[in-house]
Amino acid sequence: MNLSELIENCGMALRAVATHKLRSMLTLLGVVIGVFSIIVVMTAIRVLQDSIETSLSQFGKDVLVIQRNPAISFGGPEVWEKIKRRKRLTPDLGELIREKASLVKSVGMQNGLFSGEVTSPYGKTEPSFSLLSLTPDGFPAKTLSIVSGRALNSSDEENGRLVCVIGSKTAEALFPNSSPLGETIKMDGISYLVIGVLESKGAMLDNSQDSVVIIPLSTGMNRYGRSPWGLTILVQARSQETYNDAMEEVRGILRTARKVPPGEADDFEIFTNDSLIEQFRSITFAVRVGAALISSIALITAGIGIMNIMLVSVTERTREIGIRRAIGAKKRNIMTQFITEAIFLCQVGGIVGIALGIAGGNAAAYFFNVPPVVPVDWAIIGFLVCAAVGVIFGTYPAYKAAQLDPVEALRYE
Amino acid sequence: MSLIDIQRISRLYQMGTETIHALRDVTLQIQRGEYLAIMGPSGSGKSTLMNILGCLDTPSGGKFVLNNSDVSVMDDNALSEIRNREIGFVFQSFNLLARSTALQNVELPMIYAGVPKSERHKRAMDALSAVGLADRVHHRPNELSGGQRQRVAVARALVNRPSILLADEPTGNLDSKTGVEILALFEELATKGNTIIVVTHEEEVAQHSRRIVRLRDGLVAADEILHKNGAAAPETPVFPPIHASAHAGPPPVPPGAH
Repeated sequence: MNLSELIENCGMALRAVATHKLRSMLTLLGVVIGVFSIIVVMTAIRVLQDSIETSLSQFGKDVLVIQRNPAISFGGPEVWEKIKRRKRLTPDLGELIREKASLVKSVGMQNGLFSGEVTSPYGKTEPSFSLLSLTPDGFPAKTLSIVSGRALNSSDEENGRLVCVIGSKTAEALFPNSSPLGETIKMDGISYLVIGVLESKGAMLDNSQDSVVIIPLSTGMNRYGRSPWGLTILVQARSQETYNDAMEEVRGILRTARKVPPGEADDFEIFTNDSLIEQFRSITFAVRVGAALISSIALITAGIGIMNIMLVSVTERTREIGIRRAIGAKKRNIMTQFITEAIFLCQVGGIVGIALGIAGGNAAAYFFNVPPVVPVDWAIIGFLVCAAVGVIFGTYPAYKAAQLDPVEALRYE
Repeated sequence: MSLIDIQRISRLYQMGTETIHALRDVTLQIQRGEYLAIMGPSGSGKSTLMNILGCLDTPSGGKFVLNNSDVSVMDDNALSEIRNREIGFVFQSFNLLARSTALQNVELPMIYAGVPKSERHKRAMDALSAVGLADRVHHRPNELSGGQRQRVAVARALVNRPSILLADEPTGNLDSKTGVEILALFEELATKGNTIIVVTHEEEVAQHSRRIVRLRDGLVAADEILHKNGAAAPETPVFPPIHASAHAGPPPVPPGAH
């Protein structure tokens, strides 16, 4: 097929679709639904994945994260019952790892304490800022760096001082015109002295990193209780190579300390950036397979609709086929014309479906307050699948058109 | 060498258990540049002969040589190419593509011939100018009068410079005034050396040609040359023997008996 013929075929297809607008639209609805369902799910999942990966990226690549509760779980009530019976993590465990583990560089501990408004003599923040307690070793593990002043040190930790390091957004909101260093801020009724300001994490993706107040772990325990609920232990491995060994070592220490009998599952969660992402993917796999299944059923139905309408079209245009054959169209010219038309029909539906799907999936982005994504790969897949549907279901009508006897076709009224 | 050399062709149709002899035994030679009319009552086989001459159909028996190539043994693809290159059709009901403009209709045969776009456009414009429709190129068929539609059809038929212009009742759907115009156009084309074959049942239309072949019951009943003022007869009219009388066939059946 030469280019002119392709252009002519596309033009004819466009005119055919335009001539029967309602009919084409109804036929295309199936394709639109099929493509929409897959694209919307894939977009939404990608948005969630981006959101999770962003919140994970606050930990360094060589860091193991240990928590009592799993990060994501879609288990039923019995799973949660089991998790609820687990013992809390305590700062002693962190100390134990620091003492015993040989493949570990540092152990940091973090605890989320409070979320609310922060005030200073000069201003106040929105009520969504978080109060976090952190040991000095937690700073490198969370890849936090100081832009002015100093980080928390072991002396602050040992003495439970009322000092804090604040995020760049906090500093901006509370001290718009002056340096926050040496000033006092107030959160949840307690005053803290500002000793340092964190470097901004590039607020676009995740500004939660910038709207924080960080105090020493011991200060937090003094104020909010000795037995913190959501303690997170951040273990930095000595090197990337010994990362997995370090994980096994830490797991062993924790199991012994918490007296987990051999053969039983861990009563804590230990994960890495990769394992979390992996876990998320495996959970969403079922959702993705479901979406693919539904959309393939919709696309098959749509394909049958397209075949039906193409057969009608072939009958209606018998005379046109006769004319084309009389002036020199070969069977394969007729065949390609009708297949092009079927593909064209599918692609129109596909484009609409892709556009709606991306829009719908990004509603999730809006909801989770993360930047919208355009799943280019899935858009291309959707496009190709539509082409395939067009070819598969357009071939038989096209073959029928090509096999018409020119003499009979010309005589057709 | 004749442009068209038909030797004893026949065409049978199977209708259930009955075999219909649409063409029994036709031998015919047509020279380049002839303006010929094929006449006959309905059922005489003239449509069948036209389909075979137009390479839309192949004979059941006999031999058909068109422009030195034996068409009777060709496959579908080769026949399509012959139709594209050698034959220009003009139909009674115009048979233009309704959703395409005059220009697009005329370009269509060249698309199948693989003519590049710029040349295609130029040739289509020339062809439409030649039939007096230079100012109607972007009109669709439903925006044109019957006579104009038939002119578009003639332009489309001639645009690939075929050996034969094959017209099936070209004035059948036109009023007599427009019909005369189309026939005048044919006359002009014939004078320029085009080979024209008109299939018609109207004596008046046939009288415009220079040779009339009359069919009856699938046989050539008469083959006469018309001597007209100014219009010269073909230079070497080799009349084929009329097999109708020489052949031991069934007795002539009155028209309409089929």
